[in-house]
Amino acid sequence: MSSHSEIAVTVNGRRYREAVAERMLLSDFLRQRLGLTGTHVGCEHGVCGSCTVHLDGAAVRSCLLLAVQTDGADVRTVEGLADGERLHPLQEAFREHFALQCGFCTPGILMAAADFLAHNPAPARNEIAEMLAGHLCRCTGYAPIIDAIAAASGSGAE
Amino acid sequence: MKPPPFRYVRPDSVEEALEVLGEHGEEAKVLAGGCSLVPMLNMRLARPEVLVDVNRLEALSGVACDNGSVTIGATVRQAALERSPQLRRELPLAAACTPYIGHFVTRNRGTIGGSLAHADARGELPLALVTLGGSVLAQSQRGQRSIAAEDLFVYHFTSALAHEELLTAVHWPAAGPGWGYGFAETAQRHGDYALAMVACALARRDGAVVEARLGLGAVADRPLLASEAAEVLVGQDLGGPAGDGAVAEAARLAAAAAEPFDDLHASAAYRRRLVAVLGEQVIRAAWESASGTSGSAG
Repeated sequence: MSSHSEIAVTVNGRRYREAVAERMLLSDFLRQRLGLTGTHVGCEHGVCGSCTVHLDGAAVRSCLLLAVQTDGADVRTVEGLADGERLHPLQEAFREHFALQCGFCTPGILMAAADFLAHNPAPARNEIAEMLAGHLCRCTGYAPIIDAIAAASGSGAE
Repeated sequence: MKPPPFRYVRPDSVEEALEVLGEHGEEAKVLAGGCSLVPMLNMRLARPEVLVDVNRLEALSGVACDNGSVTIGATVRQAALERSPQLRRELPLAAACTPYIGHFVTRNRGTIGGSLAHADARGELPLALVTLGGSVLAQSQRGQRSIAAEDLFVYHFTSALAHEELLTAVHWPAAGPGWGYGFAETAQRHGDYALAMVACALARRDGAVVEARLGLGAVADRPLLASEAAEVLVGQDLGGPAGDGAVAEAARLAAAAAEPFDDLHASAAYRRRLVAVLGEQVIRAAWESASGTSGSAG
C-alpha cells in the first residue's frame, strides 16, 4: 500500500500539478516524472551532492526531500540555470577552466556554487574548497573546479 | 535506496502535530530538515508508519532574544547560525561550530531542533548546547516541559524525548559581557563526523577566569561536560606565568574525562590525545576572545 498526494510545484518557472507517491524522493520526481535528468543521483543519502537543486532559492539535496514536501514551492534544477541559450557565468567558467570531465557531479556543484556565491560573492579559495567538501568528484582533483568558481565569483580571484 | 512506504502527514498546527504523535507513538517520526532521517529511510534503517512534517509550522520557526537568552524555534535552519548577524553576536559558540555541521548545502535544510532531537553523540550543536548549559522545550498533548541539555542526550541517537513529544524550541544562554568561547574539532575531511571535538566557554574578570565550562564531543556515547577540568581554570590568569600550567592541567583532566572508543577511523587512545590537544586550543581561544572585556562588567 502506498499513499498518494497531489502537489502543485513550479520547476524552472513551469507549473506542474502531479499526483505523487508520498514516499517518492524529489530527485526521482524530477528525473522520472518530469524528465529533468540533469539532476543526478549518486548516493541517495545526502553525501555525494550530485542531486543538489534549489528549493525556494536555497541549494538542497533533492534525495533528502520528498516530492510531496515541495507542494507550493519553487524548484530550480540545472536545466533552469542558463538564461535560454546564454550559459550561466558558472557554466561558462566551468567550460573555460576544464572543471568537468565525466560530468556526473557537475550539475550538483553548479547549483551549490550558485547559491554559495549568492551568500559569499568573493570567497577565498579555501572557502570554496570547504564548500566543495560536500560534493564528490572522481575526475578533476577539484583544482579546476575551484578555479572556475573563483573566476565566476565577484572577486574573480584565482 | 528508496524510502519504505509510510503515511505522510503535514499538520497545520502544533496541536495537530501533537495529536498525531500522541496517536501513533513510536510508529511516528517527526520530519524536520530530513538530513538524518531521510538517509535512514532511504537505507531502510528506519521504517516509521507515519511521518509528521513540521517544516511548515510557523510556531517552530521563530527566533527571540531576551533577558540574556536566545530562544530558537526547532525548525530554524542551521544556516541561520552562520548568516544571521544577531545569532552570530548572541551565540558565538554555536556560530563557531556551525561550519562543521555537514556541508553548506545540508545546513540550508538541516534544522537546529532536528540536530538536537537526533542526539548524535558526534553532533556539534548537542555539544554547544551542553557546553553552554542550554535547554529544550518539549511539548506533548499532556503539556510541556523543559529538558536541560545535560539530561537531553542519553545515548548515541537516543534523547530523553518521549515518542509523543515534539521538541519545539531551544533555549540558549546568550553571550554575556566578559565571556569568551572556543571550538575545535578534528575530522578526516571537512564535514565528516568528528573524531573528537572540544568546546569552551569562560568568563574573565579582572584578569582571571571566574567561570568556565568545557564540553567534549564524539568521545563518548553523548556530549560530556568536563567539569573537573573546567574547575582548574577558575581563578587563573591564563595569560600569566601560571597560565600554561593551568591550561595543560585542564586539558589533561579533560582527556581523562573522555570515554572514547576504538573504531575504523581512530583508536580510543588517539581520540583521547585529540581531546588534550584541542582542549588546550579552545581554552586559549576562549581566553583570548574574552580579553576584550575587563573590570566590573558581568
